[in-house]
Amino acid sequence: MKRLIKLRVNDKDYELAVEPNQTLVDVLRYTLGLTGTKKGCEVGDCGSCTVIMDGKPVNSCLVLAVQANGRVIRTIEGVEADTGLHPLQVSFVDKGAVQCGFCTPGMVLSAQSLLERNPKPNEAEIRTAISGNLCRCTGYQKIVEAIHDCSEKMTR
Amino acid sequence: MSEYNVINSRAPRLDAPGKATGRAKYVDDMSLPGMLYGAILQSPLAHARILNIDTSRARSLPGVKAVVTAKEAGLVKYGVSPARYDETLYCHEKVRYVGDELAAVAAVDLETAMDALSLIQVDYEELPAVFTVEQAMAEGAPLLHDDYPRNISAEVHQEFGDVEAGFKQSDLIKTTTFVNKRQDAAFLEPHGCLAEFDLFGQLTLHTSTQVPHYVMRTVAMVLGIPVGQVRVVKPYVGGGFGPKCEATPLEMSACLLAKVTGKPVKMNYSREQVFLHSRARHQFIHTITTGVKKDGTLMALTNECHLEGGAYTSFGIATVYYSGSLLGGPYKLPNMKYDGYRVFTNRPACGAQRGHGGVAARAAWEQQLDMIAVDLGLDPVELRLRNIMSTGDVTCNVLDMSSLGMKECVEAVRDGSDWNAKRGKMTKGKGVGIACGFFVSGAGYPIYRSETFHSTVVIKLSEDGGTAQLLTGSAEIGQGSDTTMAMIAAEALGIKLSDVRVTSGDTDLAVDLGAYSSRQTLMTGHATKEAAEDVKRQVIEVLAQELSIPPVDIDFKNGLVVFKNGNVDFSKVRTSYIQEHRGWTDPPSGDLTFKEAARMAFLAKGTIVGTGKYKPGRLGGKYKGAAVGTSPAYGCSAQVVEVTVDMETGKVIIDRMTDAHDCGLAVNITSVEGQMEGSLSMGMGEALFEEVKFDGKGKILNANLGEYKIPTALDMPNVKTIIVESNEPNGPFGAKEVGEGAIMPTIPAILNAVYDATGVWIHELPLTPERVYRAIQQAKK
Repeated sequence: MKRLIKLRVNDKDYELAVEPNQTLVDVLRYTLGLTGTKKGCEVGDCGSCTVIMDGKPVNSCLVLAVQANGRVIRTIEGVEADTGLHPLQVSFVDKGAVQCGFCTPGMVLSAQSLLERNPKPNEAEIRTAISGNLCRCTGYQKIVEAIHDCSEKMTR
Repeated sequence: MSEYNVINSRAPRLDAPGKATGRAKYVDDMSLPGMLYGAILQSPLAHARILNIDTSRARSLPGVKAVVTAKEAGLVKYGVSPARYDETLYCHEKVRYVGDELAAVAAVDLETAMDALSLIQVDYEELPAVFTVEQAMAEGAPLLHDDYPRNISAEVHQEFGDVEAGFKQSDLIKTTTFVNKRQDAAFLEPHGCLAEFDLFGQLTLHTSTQVPHYVMRTVAMVLGIPVGQVRVVKPYVGGGFGPKCEATPLEMSACLLAKVTGKPVKMNYSREQVFLHSRARHQFIHTITTGVKKDGTLMALTNECHLEGGAYTSFGIATVYYSGSLLGGPYKLPNMKYDGYRVFTNRPACGAQRGHGGVAARAAWEQQLDMIAVDLGLDPVELRLRNIMSTGDVTCNVLDMSSLGMKECVEAVRDGSDWNAKRGKMTKGKGVGIACGFFVSGAGYPIYRSETFHSTVVIKLSEDGGTAQLLTGSAEIGQGSDTTMAMIAAEALGIKLSDVRVTSGDTDLAVDLGAYSSRQTLMTGHATKEAAEDVKRQVIEVLAQELSIPPVDIDFKNGLVVFKNGNVDFSKVRTSYIQEHRGWTDPPSGDLTFKEAARMAFLAKGTIVGTGKYKPGRLGGKYKGAAVGTSPAYGCSAQVVEVTVDMETGKVIIDRMTDAHDCGLAVNITSVEGQMEGSLSMGMGEALFEEVKFDGKGKILNANLGEYKIPTALDMPNVKTIIVESNEPNGPFGAKEVGEGAIMPTIPAILNAVYDATGVWIHELPLTPERVYRAIQQAKK
């Protein structure tokens, strides 16, 4: 039996009928077409599906769509501003923090969430904030540099 | 200041904005109208005879559109190397590992497809299984494949020089045995694909692969479709590192199901299935003996290796050759003997992974070199420098080091890490270690025997002359090849990077063997450069005629026309361009632009298309197996790693890594660093914690990214990357590889640092706290 839920995703309201076992990541990707949220493991290990729910980063593969009822969600599609890339995205591009790009949406969201809580994080704080987002390409160094770069620019 | 305008810079990657915004499309982000979902039935047993497969209940489940088994798929044998085609799409007589494919289903949704799988009844007669090299090679052991006695899927016996004589002349001879563990490449995007046939029977397969070209050929062969009717398109790919270098049962199942149903079929591996499909790094058991003179001069090396290979050969023939050939350098070694055995076991098939075949061999030998240095009372850096190869040297197995900044790399990491102040001088529990390595810059020969070009590239100018469209079959898998090719094209053509648009990864566009063996910068780069030069020549010819000056007086730079012999009156060309462009918004002013010249060329000749192609000349030795390890060029690396070992718990922490890599000319400096940093991260994971574990029945115990631990941001230290630029004569603009060579020294540098910290040699990976603790305790006894 499908259940009716309400979601606010990237400042837009949706009313959706979802299966009780449907995960949030599947609803975002396949029902709403927000495919920027990636699926790498489906069991909460890799962080590719990170979204911001009520201000906190969560693995959207571990959230049932029905649990997200009434919540406010931001996906990677909600990060890009009308005027272009968000400063974090600019820093990721400029610093070479993107390789295969599969972890990037989750990384950007974890980083954005960190900078909202702590605009001037030190390296250890940055590394801790993205420690739930696996990356196999970069060795993390340029991602850490990008987040640091953005923090510097935004707090200058 | 670089002499170049585009290359040798830190240009941001072309694909980065799309990836940072989530706009970049990966295969699972795609869908097609009427699309069905496929799923594969895999064996729960490691070795069993198939008595019967009953699909009737699955077929009658509402929503199921097709069920296919070996009966429908046929028994065409395939694999990687034509010499070892030992797989069929679905098992027919027996299953050989937990995960072996038996059947596939297409249904209206994934849930229905999964339900259908559970309704397929397979009756088995379980057979005794072998899981280790020892078990597999034992007298009377059950055979996985009847025609491979003792379960040996491939063996190699090579001798270069005379090792016996070399050992006789040696003052010190050292033997050690070294063991790594089976790896998983742990790319973030599981394999996925989407297959569709059009109404004329043409197949298009969108797939997460490193090698569209080889996938096209294998799919055509297995499904019995003319290869010209198969188009493989690679969207963005979430990493590959080797295991996405061959056609998968997933891809072939999707194509077959699409053929049977007439509908597009989407399929994905789950993360667990990625582990089951495997094709990642083998387990290698190396026994290595080195003979040296008192002064450290290397005299002879014997290397015996057993590879635990899993149920099918996959890349195994190449792997077993590489684990011998890649010890030929980067030290002057006159005599080398190699005996390699790749062995079938009832486990998932191993294949290629970053540093193909050479990583464990390198670790084993570089550790042994440090042991020798200690015995001889030599600094490990000094021992290496005394034997180091340089540009122009040729190894005893005929690998030609046409450029080699190995010495410069060693000196760079020695100085960059403060080695002299640290080695042997830090407090107990802290240490530094060094190691070197090298890797091919593209396999010298295709996987199948052929005179094919390894890469062809097409560059086409837009009618307004403003955009160069680069069409290539090469595979951007995250390493940055699209950007590299765009930079090479822009440089060779004399235009701005922003005026190049790349379309890649599509077998309809051009031929390219793909992203493996660190080949694209050199090989696709050559073809790209040649195509750009072809376009440039055509445009210059037309412009020279228009202006009545010799073609040699014209060049392009940064999108502008350069007249080598001073000012030329080009007003006729400009006027004509502006007349052509009435109402367009970008009238040119100032210097004559490439765009105007290109428009003239279009008006004179129609669409300007340039083509380029590349294949290496005849390379390497004439001995059996010489093709593996032979390359037009070699990249090399040295690393110093600094560690802290907790002497009470055995926990190893990597404090610092200093890496120098000779990539020839660095086309994109940021991307080169990215490859170095990523390589070190993967090597560090293999050294410290990565291991695919099995239960006693051949089932993987940790087929997930929680229990198969790869480095997180908290595990990786910052890496000091030093780019050493030699000028590779066989590379485009002097460029060569960086994608895999940089992983070579990582593991042995860590092992050698752990020795410096603890005084204990550990010859088995990974360096878990337990293993290190036990080794420390053992040494105390």
